Amino acid sequence: MSAAPALRLSGLCKSFGNAVILKGVELTIAKGERHAIIGPNGAGKSTLFDVISARLPASSGSVALNGEDVSGLGPLAIHRRGLSRSFQITNIFPSLTVFDNLRCSVLWSLGYRYSFWNRLARLRDARERAGEVLEQIGLQRRRETLAGVLSYAEQRALEIGITIAGGASVLLLDEPTSGMSRSESDEAVALIRKVTAGKTLVMVEHDMSVVFGLADRISVLVYGQILATGTPAEIRASAVVQEAYLGKSFTHA
Amino acid sequence: MSFVLSLLSRIGIMTIFALSYNMLLGQTGLLSFGHAVYFGLGSFATLHLLNALVAHGLPVSITLLPLFGGLAGLAFGLLFGFFTTRRAGTTFAMISLGIGEMVASSSLMFPAFFGGEGGITGNRVTGRGLFGIDYGTPLQMYCLIAAWAALCLLLTYGLTQTPLGRLANAVRDNPERVEFIGYSPHSIRYRMVALAGFFAGIAGGLSALQYEIVTAEALSDHLSGLVILMAFVGGTGTFYGPLIGAALVTVLQVAVASVTPAWPFYFGLVFLLIVLYAPGGIAGLLVQHKAVWQAGLLRRLLPAYLVAALPGAAVLLGTVAVVEMAYARGPERGDARLHLLFLPLDARSAVSWVLAAAAIAAGILLLKIASKQVAERWESVHAALAEAPR
Repeated sequence: MSAAPALRLSGLCKSFGNAVILKGVELTIAKGERHAIIGPNGAGKSTLFDVISARLPASSGSVALNGEDVSGLGPLAIHRRGLSRSFQITNIFPSLTVFDNLRCSVLWSLGYRYSFWNRLARLRDARERAGEVLEQIGLQRRRETLAGVLSYAEQRALEIGITIAGGASVLLLDEPTSGMSRSESDEAVALIRKVTAGKTLVMVEHDMSVVFGLADRISVLVYGQILATGTPAEIRASAVVQEAYLGKSFTHA
Repeated sequence: MSFVLSLLSRIGIMTIFALSYNMLLGQTGLLSFGHAVYFGLGSFATLHLLNALVAHGLPVSITLLPLFGGLAGLAFGLLFGFFTTRRAGTTFAMISLGIGEMVASSSLMFPAFFGGEGGITGNRVTGRGLFGIDYGTPLQMYCLIAAWAALCLLLTYGLTQTPLGRLANAVRDNPERVEFIGYSPHSIRYRMVALAGFFAGIAGGLSALQYEIVTAEALSDHLSGLVILMAFVGGTGTFYGPLIGAALVTVLQVAVASVTPAWPFYFGLVFLLIVLYAPGGIAGLLVQHKAVWQAGLLRRLLPAYLVAALPGAAVLLGTVAVVEMAYARGPERGDARLHLLFLPLDARSAVSWVLAAAAIAAGILLLKIASKQVAERWESVHAALAEAPR
């Protein structure tokens, strides 16, 4: 392991025509850190994730993954270098079974590339790895169910399963608990804690109890810029943050 | 006998072609309007090779010759696929149409290869048969086709069980997410198009040997359309659907065409009805009813089906009467009198037209009522299926 940070964003900008969404984001996330990004609606959180994961090209600035500059690479190249992301709006393979959703997601990391001479059923390592993830996300009983007919919470769990299956070291989770009930959300937090152990986690989240329960450090993104970065206690205490975003009621959260 | 053999041979060839097409439509989600390109180029390549081997006095075993058609299909799949597979959806469909038109029209630009209007011919009986099999008889040729069809069936099914086959399904479902599990949707589609070209080329090669003539028809949009029809009628959602489609469409094509010149009309009608009312095709219907049958609930559906069948038959009969009378009035037939089953009809008599129209109108009216019954029964079956323990 090198000493390079897992993720370093320098002067990251993104604009759509005249609309400037990201205005020079600077952020360094250490290996093994659990980092949450919070901010009001429209602050550019999802756009930030899209730019880091190359779903959208950056207008300027750079992204370094484990010390390597990955600016300008496509999403699959970045995934192959060890960064995997989930989506705010569930993004799975609806007509494949739950197990096949996971098995497809482990194939590249196991080196099977585009093989059309191996039989899937014979690939023991793929089956075992997919089975492990299936157990981690608690969907063993839904193994042969088509992903499209799962309940919402189950689909969210599968979304996380697909994201972690390839064994990426840096995980970006975009609002993993959005739309969940309190108890579902608690389960999701336990799941995230479990599956991200030993990895670097960056997440966008609106639910403050999730954020303060999970994150080692928090960054506040307002109008496309990082307003503050710090430990949960520091963020809670920060006058700037409270004024700009959190409001008074927040101190009781 | 030879009629049956030639029908079975055609079914065998079309089975391979339809399987190849469904590798794209059903498995990868690519709607191609120009799949005949690979069939046709495989045909031409095979027949040219056969003729060249014979001309140079080289030993020929036509048993393996379709493989060469497959390789030609593969080569053109690799060539065209690189451009067509960058995008899916409408873009892919339009580019496939464009390439289909370009290749079909090039058959007149390069008469040396395509043989112009008349096409090219050959003779599959080279006199160098193995164990006395020289493919001189239709039966021997049918056996060759059946063997290749069985092999292709095995290989295309095997492909669905490989990493590439499953990733193709993933690309069909959600190409964007595929990029975020480390794969390139373009590369997956490209490989599937190339492999589909291979199997289409084998089908083309067999067709060249069976008919000993290849014309531009083998590259045409007509054949591309026919294979879409087969895939849809059989059902693109299952592996075996296109097999049913290939057999049924071929039989209908031969059988219906032998009794009425209006057969393309009926084809269009069947296609329309399937796309509208059974989008999963025949295989989709089978899958649905198998689940109901296994739950022991088929008895709830059958009475409603039987009740709906009567007005359905009336609509069908009325429609056929109208279509046939319209054709009988056309310039191609002198006699306006015809028989539909036991019914004498006269295209010049208003009574016949009124009767046909009345059958359609009454049938549709009753069918509406009956279909409500069917829908209600289905709802109760669905409810019972949902409650049943898995």
